[in-house]
Amino acid sequence: MAIIEAKRLTKIFGADPKKAIPLLDKGWSKDKIFAETKLTVGVNQADFAIEAGQIFVIMGLSGSGKSTLVRLLNRLIEPTSGQVLFNGTDVLRMSPEQLRQFRRKNVGMVFQKFALFPHRTVIQNIEYGLEVQGIDKKKRREMAMESLELVGLKGWENSYPDQLSGGMQQRVGLARGLANDPDVLLMDEAFSALDPLIRKDMQDELLELQAKMKKTIVFITHDLNEALRIGDQIALMKDGSIVQIGSPEEILMQPANKYVERFVEDVDLSKVLTASHVMVKAETITIEKGPRVALQFMRDRGISSLYVVDKMMRLLGVITADDAVHAIKNGLKLEEAMQREAPSAVPETLLHELFELMSNSKFPVSVIDQSGRLKGIVIKGAVLAALSGNTVLEAGERHETA
Amino acid sequence: MKLPKIPLADWIEWLEGWLETNLEPLFGFIRVVVGETVNGLEAALSWFPAIVLILLFTLLAWFIGKWKMALFTLIGLFVIENLGYWSQTMQTLALVLTAAFISVLIGVPTGILCARYNSIQKIVTPVLDFMQTMPAFVYLLPAVTFFSLGVVPGVISSIIFAIPPTIRLTNLGIRQVPEELVEAADAFGSTPAQKLFKLQLPIAKPTIMAGINQTIMLSLSMVVIASMIGAQGVGAYVYRAVTQGNTGVGFEAGLAIVILAIILDRLTQQVIRKTNTA
Repeated sequence: MAIIEAKRLTKIFGADPKKAIPLLDKGWSKDKIFAETKLTVGVNQADFAIEAGQIFVIMGLSGSGKSTLVRLLNRLIEPTSGQVLFNGTDVLRMSPEQLRQFRRKNVGMVFQKFALFPHRTVIQNIEYGLEVQGIDKKKRREMAMESLELVGLKGWENSYPDQLSGGMQQRVGLARGLANDPDVLLMDEAFSALDPLIRKDMQDELLELQAKMKKTIVFITHDLNEALRIGDQIALMKDGSIVQIGSPEEILMQPANKYVERFVEDVDLSKVLTASHVMVKAETITIEKGPRVALQFMRDRGISSLYVVDKMMRLLGVITADDAVHAIKNGLKLEEAMQREAPSAVPETLLHELFELMSNSKFPVSVIDQSGRLKGIVIKGAVLAALSGNTVLEAGERHETA
Repeated sequence: MKLPKIPLADWIEWLEGWLETNLEPLFGFIRVVVGETVNGLEAALSWFPAIVLILLFTLLAWFIGKWKMALFTLIGLFVIENLGYWSQTMQTLALVLTAAFISVLIGVPTGILCARYNSIQKIVTPVLDFMQTMPAFVYLLPAVTFFSLGVVPGVISSIIFAIPPTIRLTNLGIRQVPEELVEAADAFGSTPAQKLFKLQLPIAKPTIMAGINQTIMLSLSMVVIASMIGAQGVGAYVYRAVTQGNTGVGFEAGLAIVILAIILDRLTQQVIRKTNTA
């Protein structure tokens, strides 16, 4: 079941906001509603479901309503209509006290400009959420220290925020958000104020933390590359409406409309797509077979090389038609004739990292998982096809029929 | 055509009379509380020999500020003692501290309410404008009617004159707390009281302290006026010197007020500076 679900979640700014709801139902645009009623549509009937353990990215340009949307989830901004369900409970029906408990126990938040309390030390900032819950001093200090270590800032607990660099401040913000071990972490443009290198480090660390702690994260960003890098699901927003929800590949490869298409056209796909996206099935032969069998196999399929594997599909080497002919002449076994120096990569390798491997080798790059099993190979044609914007599927098919 | 004059003066007099007869128990209560506070404070201050107090104040200045401030306090208070205005200065100090204390007691909560509710701010702001611009002498008359002559009406009119900065700057200080910090406090599930005490007041503290400093200075500036309705202290010497055309005495007593003012101002400024850097 989804941990967070939004149903027709809407926020209208202005006096008498309910007036605009029927207009939205009629399908009026944000501009038309503003022109006629002076009401501003912040979020327009957003529908989505977030699975537990996911990183759900809400992306859009400034003014698209993404920051408003995330604040509707914990009611920092009061929604005009719709529903927010947290594990099936309607957040909008919570009493002030229930809402406070929800914010204290279930959702943490990290802010764009860090929003650290300047009069409190690092550790006092981190334990703020625990302090307002009334957790006793010793216990909350322990929990806060754990959180501080998690973000790698041990030793800084007694510094004040203004003594820290931007990156470190946001680590404190992250530690504060995680201190009460919430189910959901809301991150509002959390890395947007950091410079690019630090930003990339933080993204890596967030992914690491996520792998360890399995938090559900709602991440707001205006940066498509960031969204593609960390998102399991991406919701793209424009003028308060969600234009498309999908995995990074879906957004890139099957843009729902012209707007998404234009949005993603500048993306450097080589830094988004991985070997697993473009690989195709490898033609293999097990090690016990002889060179004659291998040669026959290649003739049958009209190919010039085979991947030699053991019974567990672990890659051992590559044998070409020339090698096989040579082996037959000299009475060698497959093991003795094959070349072991074939380039390989893990499935998560980004395309731009594959380029160098490919240019230095006459063989396709083999894709091998952690236990050494051959998952597939990457051929140049499939990579080029993927980069030119064709779907991976098409690229693969083209190879197989070639 | 000439419109008849609005009988505003009559209305005010009527209101004054009505309040006097109907709110007498309240006024009586205030008279006792304020009177006892001033008298108690004055008794405490004059219980010590002058030399002990001078050293205590010097020590305090040294702890809070630097040696320069301690030296000024030491010399300044000795000058007052030497000129023979010590006990009067202590009376004035008791009056000023009482007025400032009550101003803070009323002003800070009022400022907090103003910051919290726009509706209250909309009512309080014009009242404060009125209190600050209406000539202070005008308060003296109803103050005497309600509290009779002496130190109590002096304290009351000092409070009316001096309380606005505390209210205004408390309000301002809380409203100036950055929106994102308030949002963060909300996001972690703070109650309104937790938000106030853990975030807003600590961050607004330097601004609130600046307001309190202004309040102390303004109530000190009221001591001469308060002496016109019988408040004792160094202000009474200034007033008498003015009525008798005695420039020398006027200058001496005035100098005592100046010295007291500088000491109080520098002490509170120093406290503000310390809260700023903490």
